[in-house]
Amino acid sequence: MATDVEDPQRRDFLIIAGNAFAAVGAASLIWPFVQQMNPDAGAKALASIEVDLSPVGVGQAITVMWRGKPVFIRNRTPEEIEAARSVPLSELPDESARNDNLPADAPATDENRTTKGHENWLVMVGICTHLGCIPKGQSLSDTKGDYGGWFCPCHGSHYDTSGRIRKGPAPRNLDVPDYTFISDTKIKIG
Amino acid sequence: MAHHESTYVPKSATAKWWDERLPIMRLMHDSFVDYPTPRNLNYLWTFGGILTFCLVAQIVTGVVLAMHYQPSAEEAFNSVEQIRRDVNFGWMIRNFHAVGASMFFIAVYIHIFRGLYYGSYKAPREILWILGVLIFLVMMATAFMGYALPWGQMSFWGVTVITNLFSSIDDIIPGLGTAIVQWLWGGYAVTGTTLNRFFSLHYLLPFVLAGLVILHVWALHVAGQNNPTGLDIKTKADSVPMHPYATAKDILWLFIFLIMFAWFVFFLPDYLGHADNYVEANPLVTPPHIVPEWYFLPFYAILRAIPDKLGGVIAMFAAILVLVFIPWLDTSRVRSTKYRPIYKWFFWLFAFSCLALGYLGSKPAEGVYVFWARIFTFYYFAHFLIVMPIVGILETPKKLPRSISEAVLGDKHNGSGGPAKPTGATAAPESR
Repeated sequence: MATDVEDPQRRDFLIIAGNAFAAVGAASLIWPFVQQMNPDAGAKALASIEVDLSPVGVGQAITVMWRGKPVFIRNRTPEEIEAARSVPLSELPDESARNDNLPADAPATDENRTTKGHENWLVMVGICTHLGCIPKGQSLSDTKGDYGGWFCPCHGSHYDTSGRIRKGPAPRNLDVPDYTFISDTKIKIG
Repeated sequence: MAHHESTYVPKSATAKWWDERLPIMRLMHDSFVDYPTPRNLNYLWTFGGILTFCLVAQIVTGVVLAMHYQPSAEEAFNSVEQIRRDVNFGWMIRNFHAVGASMFFIAVYIHIFRGLYYGSYKAPREILWILGVLIFLVMMATAFMGYALPWGQMSFWGVTVITNLFSSIDDIIPGLGTAIVQWLWGGYAVTGTTLNRFFSLHYLLPFVLAGLVILHVWALHVAGQNNPTGLDIKTKADSVPMHPYATAKDILWLFIFLIMFAWFVFFLPDYLGHADNYVEANPLVTPPHIVPEWYFLPFYAILRAIPDKLGGVIAMFAAILVLVFIPWLDTSRVRSTKYRPIYKWFFWLFAFSCLALGYLGSKPAEGVYVFWARIFTFYYFAHFLIVMPIVGILETPKKLPRSISEAVLGDKHNGSGGPAKPTGATAAPESR
């Protein structure tokens, strides 16, 4: 009569399967603990704001808050627009328009940084693309950098009158957010 | 040396009862009383004890401050002011904690340079050294998060700049860096959410530090202490028991250190900080000149010396990570720089580079400052990656003394002309 010999294969399978289940279970518990640190739905809710541009005269600029970030809006002078347009693309460290209203591969011409028909208005997120400081250049007394646009005091990034990086450690042009003109003097951001 | 026989003798029936169940007194006695230390340790060896004091002091004062502090964007700044003005002795305890962070770094930098000069990282102390580098990293993370808590302008913008370092990963994998930064912030900008989690981690990390320190001391007691000659303890005459010989030196320098500590706490509590941090955090205004706390300045200078965002971040982290590898980068046959006539000059050049980078980190990132920051950043890395391997091979070290006791007492220490031999010192632990 044959004795009952344990099948070693069967025992190995149980141990491996048991450990695998425990490992997957433990690993899947990591996810909630990582995810809890991400922005919650309240922070994510895409708040959009409307901004009245009528009080902003030529050469003036205002800063508005949108999703906790400052947005720079400048009513540019003809000289500033001319200065931005005369720069050949090849001189730009970042040749992409960085405009959320245009395809990602749009070149960084001054036209692509603004909205057609409202080329005097430059609207962009006022956060330096280097390490997140707020560049100077919004108020009349501010230093505007070597290119007459904005200058980040933290690590010396110079932006031109189209908000494009020209000199310094910042890797990208200032971001143009998603916005539309809802009338000639009013825009909606977001 | 760690394997010397225990000389602990329980002095009472209760102590004996304890010793048979949990020999913790025996462990303390063997590790900190009868532990054999090289007889030639100089005062630079007192900073391990001073650092232990600093960690304990930061934990005690920090726990007290947490009883009064409110980690929210609305209340953080006010609650720190309340601690300074209203809480009984709050002004003093807050100063202990804030100044204590700077004192901790002064002590740790002396401790690190002591290790570099006397070759304390060389075999068999590699793990001990790497644990030290880890402790240094965790200390920096803790200090950085702690500086965020008062929620002043420098707190806010320091957090913004340093967390944004991770966005440079976008250059490798587009989108990943931004995702990490938003994960760290818990939003699209630095907010009270960020402050709250920093407070939680700032409370946690000191206990991680305490655990690492225990491992650091354990590794130290396995290899035994290095000493100014870099020689191993060979005979009983080379060592003295830790208590009272090393502990007396530790206590003397702890008190000298505490006098300086107290001077800052009571007379110059804000000297090492920045005036802008007494302006409440404002997400719309960046201070004209953002500088980190003084103890981060050399690394900040390295970050800004590289004209590329990702490159700067990599260089800054590499400046610390390179320390992990120096036990293998240093090819010298002798440990102590005392016996290395050529390397000695490079060591002081390196020390000067670190001080220079600290100065340059406090200056604006433009013109001649950037030029010199690049020169010294180059030497910082060249010292480890070029000088250490090459000089170690080319250099002929000076003649080493035969033993630690010969270095201390000279050849004829048994003769009447030599210095008096402290016989009591060598007689203490009987078997090792």
